[in-house]
Amino acid sequence: MYESLALEILSSHIVEGPSDPGPGDIVVAKPDLLLMNDITALLALRVIEETGAPVDCSRIRTLIVLDHYSPPPTARIATSYRLLRRFARRHGCALKDVGEGIMHQIAVEEEVEPGMLALGADSHTITYGALAVFSTGIGSTEAAYIMARGELWLKVPHTILARLEGRLEWPLTGKDLALQILSRTGGDGAVYASIEFTGPGLASLGVSDRLTVANMMVEGGAKTALFPVDKVLVEWMRRERGAVKPGWKRLAPRNGEPSIEVDLGELEPMVSEPPAPYNARPARELEGVEVDQVFLGSCTNARYEDLEAAARILKGRRVREGVRLIVTPASRRVYQKALETGVLGILHSAGAVITPPGCGACFGSTMGVAGDEEVVLSTSNRNFPGRMGSPTARIYLASPQTAAASAVTGVITDPRSLA
Amino acid sequence: MRVSGYAFKLGDSISTDDIIAGRYLYITDPGELASHIFENRPKIRSRIQRARRPIVIVAGRGFGYGSSREHAPLALKAFGVKAIVAESFHRIFYRNSINNGLLAVEAPGILGIVEEGEPITIDLDRGVVEASRGAIRVSGMPGYVKSILEAGGLREMLRRLAGGRSP
Repeated sequence: MYESLALEILSSHIVEGPSDPGPGDIVVAKPDLLLMNDITALLALRVIEETGAPVDCSRIRTLIVLDHYSPPPTARIATSYRLLRRFARRHGCALKDVGEGIMHQIAVEEEVEPGMLALGADSHTITYGALAVFSTGIGSTEAAYIMARGELWLKVPHTILARLEGRLEWPLTGKDLALQILSRTGGDGAVYASIEFTGPGLASLGVSDRLTVANMMVEGGAKTALFPVDKVLVEWMRRERGAVKPGWKRLAPRNGEPSIEVDLGELEPMVSEPPAPYNARPARELEGVEVDQVFLGSCTNARYEDLEAAARILKGRRVREGVRLIVTPASRRVYQKALETGVLGILHSAGAVITPPGCGACFGSTMGVAGDEEVVLSTSNRNFPGRMGSPTARIYLASPQTAAASAVTGVITDPRSLA
Repeated sequence: MRVSGYAFKLGDSISTDDIIAGRYLYITDPGELASHIFENRPKIRSRIQRARRPIVIVAGRGFGYGSSREHAPLALKAFGVKAIVAESFHRIFYRNSINNGLLAVEAPGILGIVEEGEPITIDLDRGVVEASRGAIRVSGMPGYVKSILEAGGLREMLRRLAGGRSP
């Protein structure tokens, strides 16, 4: 058994490199899955056209998801979508079209399973680490290279062990944990590392929360963020995906000297202030900041559990006059379930605007772009200037619970006061 | 490999959203991308538009923070940036730079040895970055990564593949 989950997974995918690889070594690996979004695929297409590289998507399963600008807001983007569809048909790549949802959510619902190596031209590919998948972001030229060669070089990451104690209780979430960890790592404290989670606290951290945590570890620079295969994950895989495999046993939690320790019982609702995600502090310290728009969406926090948590707070309440609450479910499947269980009805009755699935306002290009000097409280992952539209808009990041509570009051609100 | 230019200084955690905004990522032409450089950071934009060329960006920690958009190094290169020397890099940006033949060198302490607009030289073969107030030794790139850079980037390797040659 290897010392780290990262090496455990990577070792079975290496096609070239040292016989006993360790942190810092360069290896060439064959991924199980290649993913691209509408933006990065378009650039990969251009690279293929310019270089004349031969493409064969039959070797490595390749998935293109039209999520960032979806549905297309301009004719130029709509035309580029046509190119992507034609490319996918010609070369045998799978393609998820407008309205199917965010690449990372679709990957988790349908594609990845523990022990896989998934490379995606999108930094939040790191999300699938919640399912014990070594998943990491790459560039478009690299995606093109994988389509041509079926392999890519990777540096073996060093490990940062994060030990979780205590229990996570409502209304605390994986988002609060992620922001707490980022406030310690800063923007580059985990660069090139594999953050690996362990400890008794894992038992109270559901897969949806784990996905949020893994997703945001890239904001600390991590290459991958791995949760082990444990009872929680096995039960989730059985229920959601109908499959459990004996080989997953080797992906059990690793023990060692942790460099990050968090007691989940002492966690507080956290909010990240502009201009960077690691700029996080307890929500109570920011209470009273007026918000113009609340966004419940993105690959970080737009799963069914997130919508349901917001509905729990918004049920019987109204979004404050003058505040816009925009809800963008992560996928068609999430949308459908929230429709069937009445969650969307509760959100809609409270005054929310429900959009089709996709990246939406997180990406600042469609379905809820922020204007000059507006204040946005968002459940997404990045609050850089201009991320959601105007460079002078101020973006705060928080959990769905904090977002819903703040939509009701019109100011940043610790959800424990409404929950 | 040796690259020289004039230092353009930036701080920590410069993100790829800073370099090229998400609203322009349907663009794939490097020149068109370059015309929108740093629009999310208007002060940086007006400074870099007046900067002496060729430009060598000298930055703090965590350069290339965030999104995997390869449009960022493409835009920088098309704008006239010859190299980036930073205290540290985020990994996807670093890979994207090398893969497009844009030199990216990690040199802790770099902000202390060069002033804005001064000449700066990166000499990869000697493993050193030199400026008016001193020189910093930089650790060698792994052989595999250097070979990609020397081939002209992964893009050039793809061109070789297309010609039926080994990459």
